[in-house]
Amino acid sequence: MTALNSAGWRPEMNAGGADDTTTFTGNRALMLEEPLLFEIGSTGTTGVDFDEDAPAADLGALARSAPIGLPGLSESETVRHYTRLSRQNYAIDLGLFPLGSCTMKHNPRLNEKVARMPGFADVHPLQPQETVQGAYAVIHELAEWLITLTGMHSVAMSPKAGAHGELCGVLCIKAALEARGEDRRVLLVPESAHGTNPATAAFAGFAVEDIPATPEGRVDLAALKARLGPDVAGVMITNPNTCGLFERDMKAISDAVHAVGGYVYCDGANFNAIVGRVRPGDLGVDAMHINLHKTFSTPHGGGGPGSGPVVLSAALAPFAPLPFVTKDGESFRLIEEENAGEDHPKTFGRMTAFHGQMGMFTRALAYMLSHGADGLKQVAEDAVLNANYLLRSLDDVLDAPFGASGPCMHEALFSDRGLAEGFSTLDIAKGLIDEGYHPMTVFFPLVVHGAMLVEPTETESKAVLDQFIGALRSIALRAKNGDPALKSAPHFAPRARLDETLAARRPVLSWSDGAAGD
Amino acid sequence: MRYLPLTPDDRAAMLAAVSASSIDDLFVDVPAAARLSGPIEGLPAHASELAVERHMAALSRQSHAAGDGPFFLGAGAYRHHVPASVDHLIQRGEFLTAYTPYQPEIAQGTLQMLFEFQSQVARLLGTDVANASMYDGSTACWEAIVMARRVTRRSKALLSTGLHPHYRSVARTMAKYTGDSLVDGDPSLEAGTDWAALAAAVDKETSCVVVQYPDILGRIDDMRALAAACQAAGALLVAVVTEPVALGLIQSPGEMGADIVVGEGQSIGVGLQFGGPYVGLFACKSKYVRQMPGRLCGETVDANGKRGFVLTLSTREQHIRREKATSNICTNSGLCALAFSIHMTLLGEAGLRRLAAINHGRAKAAAAELAKVPGVSVLNRGFFNEFTLLLPVEARPVIHALAEKGILGGVSLGRLYPDNAGLANGLIVAVTETVTEEDIAAFAAALKEVLA
Repeated sequence: MTALNSAGWRPEMNAGGADDTTTFTGNRALMLEEPLLFEIGSTGTTGVDFDEDAPAADLGALARSAPIGLPGLSESETVRHYTRLSRQNYAIDLGLFPLGSCTMKHNPRLNEKVARMPGFADVHPLQPQETVQGAYAVIHELAEWLITLTGMHSVAMSPKAGAHGELCGVLCIKAALEARGEDRRVLLVPESAHGTNPATAAFAGFAVEDIPATPEGRVDLAALKARLGPDVAGVMITNPNTCGLFERDMKAISDAVHAVGGYVYCDGANFNAIVGRVRPGDLGVDAMHINLHKTFSTPHGGGGPGSGPVVLSAALAPFAPLPFVTKDGESFRLIEEENAGEDHPKTFGRMTAFHGQMGMFTRALAYMLSHGADGLKQVAEDAVLNANYLLRSLDDVLDAPFGASGPCMHEALFSDRGLAEGFSTLDIAKGLIDEGYHPMTVFFPLVVHGAMLVEPTETESKAVLDQFIGALRSIALRAKNGDPALKSAPHFAPRARLDETLAARRPVLSWSDGAAGD
Repeated sequence: MRYLPLTPDDRAAMLAAVSASSIDDLFVDVPAAARLSGPIEGLPAHASELAVERHMAALSRQSHAAGDGPFFLGAGAYRHHVPASVDHLIQRGEFLTAYTPYQPEIAQGTLQMLFEFQSQVARLLGTDVANASMYDGSTACWEAIVMARRVTRRSKALLSTGLHPHYRSVARTMAKYTGDSLVDGDPSLEAGTDWAALAAAVDKETSCVVVQYPDILGRIDDMRALAAACQAAGALLVAVVTEPVALGLIQSPGEMGADIVVGEGQSIGVGLQFGGPYVGLFACKSKYVRQMPGRLCGETVDANGKRGFVLTLSTREQHIRREKATSNICTNSGLCALAFSIHMTLLGEAGLRRLAAINHGRAKAAAAELAKVPGVSVLNRGFFNEFTLLLPVEARPVIHALAEKGILGGVSLGRLYPDNAGLANGLIVAVTETVTEEDIAAFAAALKEVLA
């Protein structure tokens, strides 16, 4: 084990007061340093017992001869290694996690329990269909919920995350155009869109053009109409948008796009604001992905897995990907390659190996059943109420660029206007870390200078919001008055600000004996 | 409602604070025609935890779980024993309920884990670097083809006929719309791979050759000659691994010269989960790192000089580069990567080698036993834990007849290649450490009965 002060105590160590240079280990009580697995494990150690000896293999020249270099730990060491690492993470279980557009809401533990039931977790995707009827039933039931909540024609369940869902929707648009014998190359995307929108459009071979915004933070309908034409395949619009506003003209946008033969993709990342209150199907949307890991509470897991089912209009439904589940009388069956010719001939094909994120479907369904139609409506209302409460409690100390554009939806947007010279959004974010919060989304959307996008979600109490408002007010005042201590925040986190430039200039992406710490 | 902490009094006070007379005032921007007044019709009202659990348990019981009887399915998803501590640790709230580590000062747990995951994957696959995960093996495979196009500035990919047909389908779907050209086909029921033919077919227009190892029929082969042919033609060799446990026993693709190695990591730590979520592995030689898709975690130092980790080289990614990004991927498979990494840590090199050897030994025993069934033979010369049986009749009805006897006896080639009658008698059988000698005997006896 490494020790920060392995030479032991020296009188000069206490000169500057007590800090981590005064402990032998570098630990500070419950704040524990943890070495890399590669520094504590060894290739001969294993935490798994086997009942049998390994028989001799006869693989000839293909047999592995060189060492792999994979260190192992005993079970007790493994549990401790990962438990100690976990304690260096902030998480929704610890407190408010107001990342805008990410919908970090409470993850119910019932969801975890049902996802592990053997009829869902211990079944193989290629089992004979008669042996997995219960798993198909979950997919089908969840699909019915999504269709009903969105007022759409059907839903493609297989996309693996939001961006994969975008790809699904955009490929449906490609296939629909192809079926009409048209080669339209342009997708229009607002500047305020998530980066995945233009990236997805390009990944599928479209050219991307910006849609201008009005000063109040919404799509400029007149400018959009002026750009529409026979080369435009469609639009990708986020609604509610990333400025936190509902696109009032959504129906008019859809009508205008449809009038010139285009399609409307809606980024559903912000569906949490409107679930149960508005159905995208009533706004002329042709395709919209739903992040089950946002609106429907499946855990983010430190960066996934997500799940991105895509609801589709009647116009795009015929092109949806394989495979999918359908119900015949009382039993379920899969539409896949062998029967697609009869049942789903216009499909654009398969976009992932199997059925999608089953483990997320079970969790999302448990969440929906728990809330019911009445509870989901309350979800949207409380999410929007919490965001407006934050916006109006802070807009006297932080600039709210669209504060006059009407109520916000489920996220409140601020800018860095009015901060002292040399202070930025980043300093506010790092100050929040010291106060015990995860920062909001920063520097996004790009249309606002030094953007701070705050999404509290409906699972926060008024008491939590009031404390957060107090903390953020205090930090805003420090930034406006140029408190130098804020520039070096965080002071109390497991690490101070990290050198991202160094990481990119001299990438160390994998452990090696020589590279670590040199 | 148990997930909603606001009380009616809170709501009233907060509405007053934002000068709204009712919640409807906050939805004024929604066009009147689209506003819903009451709960959406056709859906049930809220339910207790007990009621939901009861409903889900009833559905769960309607499936025959792999653990309910003898189980021999593979073909891209494998049933291995996952130690209990893996599932316990990934449910630590600090891992489970964290977000992508955008604020590294309070995400070192996730970041250090990702650095360790990347290091484990790179070593296992025999490459220099690996990313922080993709959705699954099939999407990682397409991303590798696109990356090879970026590196070589060529757009013709040769796919081995031994590539998983679903991976091929994903590539075909995407190539239709991106202008990439694919040369592919169905496998033939031969003991050897098509790699020599691929080596002969590589030319100056080829961006990459994609081979699976072990392949869809369970065959394994040496890829050195193919790697040399690719290098000579300026093309990249992309290797796909759907059963990473195999690499405890056989040489890694990277060692044999593959430029990009992608895989499905589900085998280690993740479980079957009816096809997802899984964890895509993506690794390559370090000279191509700036063309990689997805997130990368790198080492650095903090303002006090302490070692720490951050997401890095993000100018490749969609949130910075938008339509010029290397991929549109954002959320990946973080928690599955954690499960993979914990399981790999528990195994260690010694455990992985032993697990692989046990799989191989068990599969050899099964192949020998099943080959004794009259009319049945084993296609493969060599294999790891999966092989292809040739039956005297079409395999699909046999699978259903076995299922009626409570035995899940593999994946028929008829299911995977419905249009190819020449493959209909093939049955892919996977045998892991979860299979017992009794399971093998039961399978052989049932197969004999069904074929009689």
